Amino acid sequence: MKLFKSFFSVLFSAALLLSTTTVNSIAIDKIHFLIGGGAGGGWDGTARGTGEALTKAGFLKSASFENMSGGGGGKALAYMINTKPENTVLVQSTPLVLRSITRHKGYVSGSGTLSYKDVVPIAGVIGDYGAIAVAKDSPYKNFKDVVDAYKANPNSIKMAGGSVRGSMDHLIGALAFQAAGADPNAVAYIPYDAGGKALAGLLSGETQIISTGLGELMGARDQVRIIGITAPDRVGDAPDAPTLKEQGYDVQFVNWRGFFGPPGMSSKDKKAIAKMLGDVQKTPEWEAVRARNAWVNIYNPDKKFVKFLKTQTKEMTALMKKLGVI
Amino acid sequence: MIDGILIGLTTALSFKNIFMVMIGCFFGTIIGMLPGLGPMTAIALMIPITYGFDPATGLILMAGVYYGAVFGGSTSSILLNAPGVPGTVATSFDGYPMAQQGKAGKALAIAAWSSFAGGTLSAIYLLFMAPSLSKVSLSFRSPDYFALMILGLTAIAAFSSKGQFLKAMMMVVLGLMLASVGQDSLSDITRFTFDNMNLTDGISFVLVVMSTFAMSEALTIILKRNDPTAAAKQVSLTELGSIRINKEERGKMYRTIPRSSVIGFLIGVLPGAGATIASFLAYGMERNLVKDEEKEKFGKGSVNGLSAPETANNAACSGSFVPMLTLGIPGSGTTAVMLGALLGFGIQPGPRLYMTNPEIFWSVIMSMYIGMVILLILNLPLIPYIARILAVPKNYLIPLILFFSITGIYVMSFNNFDIYLMIGIAVVATFLRLYDFPMPPLILAFVLGGLMEENLRRSLLLSNGSWEFLWDRTLTVCILVTTILIVLWHIYKTLTKK
Repeated sequence: MKLFKSFFSVLFSAALLLSTTTVNSIAIDKIHFLIGGGAGGGWDGTARGTGEALTKAGFLKSASFENMSGGGGGKALAYMINTKPENTVLVQSTPLVLRSITRHKGYVSGSGTLSYKDVVPIAGVIGDYGAIAVAKDSPYKNFKDVVDAYKANPNSIKMAGGSVRGSMDHLIGALAFQAAGADPNAVAYIPYDAGGKALAGLLSGETQIISTGLGELMGARDQVRIIGITAPDRVGDAPDAPTLKEQGYDVQFVNWRGFFGPPGMSSKDKKAIAKMLGDVQKTPEWEAVRARNAWVNIYNPDKKFVKFLKTQTKEMTALMKKLGVI
Repeated sequence: MIDGILIGLTTALSFKNIFMVMIGCFFGTIIGMLPGLGPMTAIALMIPITYGFDPATGLILMAGVYYGAVFGGSTSSILLNAPGVPGTVATSFDGYPMAQQGKAGKALAIAAWSSFAGGTLSAIYLLFMAPSLSKVSLSFRSPDYFALMILGLTAIAAFSSKGQFLKAMMMVVLGLMLASVGQDSLSDITRFTFDNMNLTDGISFVLVVMSTFAMSEALTIILKRNDPTAAAKQVSLTELGSIRINKEERGKMYRTIPRSSVIGFLIGVLPGAGATIASFLAYGMERNLVKDEEKEKFGKGSVNGLSAPETANNAACSGSFVPMLTLGIPGSGTTAVMLGALLGFGIQPGPRLYMTNPEIFWSVIMSMYIGMVILLILNLPLIPYIARILAVPKNYLIPLILFFSITGIYVMSFNNFDIYLMIGIAVVATFLRLYDFPMPPLILAFVLGGLMEENLRRSLLLSNGSWEFLWDRTLTVCILVTTILIVLWHIYKTLTKK
């Protein structure tokens, strides 16, 4: 399988090499993408899509991919920290920040924690905003209705989400309620084991609202009413979904996906890859991949990325303390 | 609706789409036969190819891979006791014993015809009821799923005859214990991981099945090579037998298939269940519905026991398209990948899909009939050739089974730890087998137990810790009362027999 895949990627990039005469100058010859989850998942799609766009647009001679599941991505992260592989980048997303906060211990010799600080942040490339939605026939028309109902009777609002307590889905809803002046820990959160199951829970009527990623709701847009997204402005793919900000709730949250280098990666390599990841977003090859996956471009390179990660860590730490999950 | 059906039929019958159904069914069958590699991975890898097609063609191809895999998975369940996909685990309960009795050909034929009937009948239900079925999808809430899982656990009775009750119960407990390893499904607390990161995601179902069925079966054969009864079973296993289904067996199938297809289809429509659960439930229900003398044969090569799960898993497969297409809710990993692809095509699933994109909705349903016929043609004549695999001398076949089991698990996760874990579980399972402990209760408890716990705890969260949810809803009460009646009936039967 793996051999098969790498064989194809080699074949593919060889074909591309023959067809493209250096449109863009090639800064780096090859990149190995390490993916902390199985085929078909979010990380897998991000890495393979980015690799495809980079090679097709002529930024990269060859891209290879490796899936390494285990510990919710922790195994790949530990591998990155311990073996420091060359020319390798790890795809990660917001759960890395949450992991850094909850300090999953003992998996890396020496450091005792697995954190984004143990690897080199290169750039965030895409993202998904959080969203709160109700069923189409729900009496609640906007987030204020939900907050009012909650304040009148806290038991009347149950919030579904596609993952465990303390996960990103939970934090999105908690942030919104916090901004509305409610105690986020008192809002009943009902966890499901996947976004689709949470959606089914909402539509069956057992919960009143759902808190999850906007991308998760796109398939069911005809069944739900999105009453608030955590973006600074409305997004092109869902123009009728209001932001929480425009309703007077100062909430911003983005589930970023980005790339990290091994510890000790040279500043030159880091900058070169970060630039490449930014430049590729202007090409039609990237646009094709982006459109097909309905990604939102949120390019956030190098120092800006590190600063963003620090802020997100601070915000999430405060919230998670309130929720009692750390 | 007639217009839609006609559009669907013309789209599905175009040369290109028939070709895609064939390709999908062919690849699906092969993926299904290979342990470990499931339809989800195959479809995920296929998506980049489908972007060159129009949406209907792409979906027809992906659907073909999906039901083709469930169709083909029964082959390795029956011949090698190594289920190719989770949905065909229950097929091995009676299929493999039948093969051991020298009736491998017959078992494969029964499985093929049952799959065909299950797939075709469910496509008919889909055709006539799809618009109203989305309501069924949403009618189940957490307490109802909890009750449904309890009902499913009564299927364990099939393995607790002849003084095996205690052993079966011990295996249930072991299955529940294995299911509780890893991150808790509702909070972020990890359980029984011993600070080992490789265990935080829990133990995968396929891994448990491969180690307790395929690997431990192979190891048992090696250990028992000097045992005359085991050797006799091995000799008869190499015989294909007749692939003809006689009149009596056909009679049994006529009764089993309609009811199993309904159960399978309805469970498939529920986003919180799926083909695996459907096959287990159909197996358990079938045992409750057959005559007493047939009951005794369950787990030892019963025709009904083989036909029921095979019908149900294919029916559930078609059923799972209902929440995906009419609501945009994926019930399983495979349908989630397909939903993603559909959105990539710019197609918005929902109740209006019949109107906005009739060619997609109806052509997929229509292509299912074509697919079923193709699968039957692909599978039936090939039985004698596929079954030849059993004639391979054991000193080649057993290493091959071990090889395929291990690589199958490895390519799922690319994690070496899974291989060690698999060998560990297989060794324990082999010892248990030598002392006549039945494996199916372990598998049932592993799957149903995990979902039962999750839904029970979610129900408690929803009701603020009160147990009222047990009798709050008519549906929950109905399922629970049925469960109690079945258990009481079993106890009454056992008592009056003595």
